[in-house]
Amino acid sequence: MALKRINKELIDLGRDPPSSCSAGPTGDNMFQWQATIMGPGESPYAGGVFFLSISFPVDYPFKPPKVSFTTKIYHPNINANGSICLDILRDQWSPALTISKVLLSICSMLTDPNPDDPLVPDIAHLYKTDRTRYEATAREWTRKYAM
Amino acid sequence: MSSDYEFSDEEVDNVFDDDDMDMQDQDSDADSGMDILDDFKPTTTTTRKAYDLPYESLTQSAVEALMAADVEHIRGIFGVDASTASLLLRHLNWNKEKLIEKYMDGASAMLVAAGVTMPEPEPAPSTTSTRGAGAIRRPTRKTKQASPAPTSKKDDGAFVCPICFDDTPGLTALALDCGHGACGACWGAYVRAKIRDEGEHACRCMAEGCALVAPDVFIKDVLLASSEDDAMGEDGEGAATYVRFQELLVRHFVACTNHLKFCPHPGCTNTVSCPGAAGRSVLTTIVPTVSCGVRGVVSSISTSSTIAPSPAPATVAGGKKPISRTNSMSASQELARGKEHKFCFGCPIDSDHRPVVCGVAALWLKKCRDDSETANWIKSNTKECAKCMSTIEKNGGCNHMTCKKCKHEFCWVCMGPWSEHGTAWYSCNRYDEKGGIDARDSQSKSRASLERYLHYYNRWANHEQSAKLALDLFSKTEKKMEEMQVTSALTWIEVGVQFMKKAVEEVDKCRMTLKWTYAMAYYLAKGNQKDLFEDNQRDLEKAVEDLSELLESPIEPENIPTLRQKVTDKTVYVQKRNTIVLEDTADGFLEDRWSWNVSVDGFDAPEE
Repeated sequence: MALKRINKELIDLGRDPPSSCSAGPTGDNMFQWQATIMGPGESPYAGGVFFLSISFPVDYPFKPPKVSFTTKIYHPNINANGSICLDILRDQWSPALTISKVLLSICSMLTDPNPDDPLVPDIAHLYKTDRTRYEATAREWTRKYAM
Repeated sequence: MSSDYEFSDEEVDNVFDDDDMDMQDQDSDADSGMDILDDFKPTTTTTRKAYDLPYESLTQSAVEALMAADVEHIRGIFGVDASTASLLLRHLNWNKEKLIEKYMDGASAMLVAAGVTMPEPEPAPSTTSTRGAGAIRRPTRKTKQASPAPTSKKDDGAFVCPICFDDTPGLTALALDCGHGACGACWGAYVRAKIRDEGEHACRCMAEGCALVAPDVFIKDVLLASSEDDAMGEDGEGAATYVRFQELLVRHFVACTNHLKFCPHPGCTNTVSCPGAAGRSVLTTIVPTVSCGVRGVVSSISTSSTIAPSPAPATVAGGKKPISRTNSMSASQELARGKEHKFCFGCPIDSDHRPVVCGVAALWLKKCRDDSETANWIKSNTKECAKCMSTIEKNGGCNHMTCKKCKHEFCWVCMGPWSEHGTAWYSCNRYDEKGGIDARDSQSKSRASLERYLHYYNRWANHEQSAKLALDLFSKTEKKMEEMQVTSALTWIEVGVQFMKKAVEEVDKCRMTLKWTYAMAYYLAKGNQKDLFEDNQRDLEKAVEDLSELLESPIEPENIPTLRQKVTDKTVYVQKRNTIVLEDTADGFLEDRWSWNVSVDGFDAPEE
């Protein structure tokens, strides 16, 4: 069941690609994908290209895919290992969600971080207290790691 | 186990069938619930000691009956169907008062929050009791079970499951009230994943953002259907998952109910109801030891779920013929394996920790687990070589130390190199008077507290060990006595090992009490009360040791009658001493007589 669904998602992604994202299998293994997200224009990540790794569980779509950043990024909800704190990747996962929707959610998270549910408290604190410094650092990291 | 489940299934069916028959009559429903409860009253109706709390053991089906009664109550008040009432109760963690209050404040908001109905743009349907929830919901009522209701999507072409993209012609969609259709196989896989892997009993609709919760009937239909036609699913997997689902519901109910607790023994599905120990505050005055009524290891392989409480080795009159015991276990196995499922209602300790209260028992266990005491020992008994940092324990009187490892020679007192001491020194001239006294003080203090701890710990551990050894010994004795019975002229009854079994059981029980008295004594503040406590402890300990010794005395055919007399007498005495210790301690807690040398939750702080 999982393979059929993953194939269908791949076809849909090719037919109707979401803006500023792309995704596809890394090799022959359909359960291991790589994705890219372009930093949203209105965010300090603008201009950067961020790589993510996606691995599908065998019981996909009844379990969420494992998604993590492989490019370093300075963000309150993404830690140094690239782990993402996003509700739809955990308890709010629904079998009706697709990789395309997940990537779009991550995009909007880049524009609007959620500092009240932080994975990296230090960054969240800075985001709330000194927005300009947060943006400067995020831009700096983007230039250094994602360009 | 399996037999147990069959039984419980039957019960559940009864309960739900009643719903279908609807308002037939609620009284009979309630009555049948009561009957079930009556059947599970504890069997030990012997005179209750002051330190025993009243409690009753409930099987899973009995708990299900309690749940059904709550559902029925809410159903009667709100005029909704049983499934709605049940979802509402689960949403508010079975808090009926809160549910009624909130439901009266805003029924539609409650129904949406509980996942019963969709949030509606227009004002929600009236809350009057005639609301036909049952008719709107449940697209897969039992009557339609054979051909699940297709959603509207099916009419305008072949249905494509939005989850697995299966487009097989004739595929039918299943949906909750929201109409978010998916194929039966997806529903089955989804519900199975939720229940099996996540242990979740509330399965929401698969559609993104839809908060509707699948009612029990829907889950049952989906699971039972998926096990029938799902080629990948093993036989009966769906049914097993449904059983698990019911278990999850019961566990959730038990977890939400103050006066219920699940038996912590592996594989056991019983629940104990103990209203006397429902609050945390009472735990400073009582030790709520309970038993779920089952004995022994509940293994999933064994055919019978419980081991019958000691099938008394038949009192077959006369005849030297050894009684065939091939079917039942030997008495010693029975003792070891057939232990009652005793546990504490108030804390996670899964054994009887009387006489000491939960807070103190937890402190003691934590202390024993911590490595701090090992470190303490190392600190007070060893020093580190100044050169290679090896830990050294001084084993002789001489202060001239030579490290075994690096051959560094130093003075044990000042830790300085021995070469600076010259040859004539025994008392170290570099020894700072003030610092020396401080160092000695702190070291001796640390050693004293360590010794104190070890004193209590060793006795605590020893009683546990002795209890185990007594069981081993008994199995040997038992074998010997059975041999004797064959070879000697004595009948079974004359040799009878029952008195030994009883004695060993009593020793085991008392050693558990003694074990925990040491934990209690460790924390008791010095004073008269502690002296009295230790007097009682000493009396019990002496009696137990005497009985233990008797049990180890050599058994010869000719001394059996006298031995039996002695053992029986001593057993009765030991029992009495144990009761005294338990009762006096329990009274002490009720009278607030005990004070501690550390601060314990719920008690006054220790006096300095």
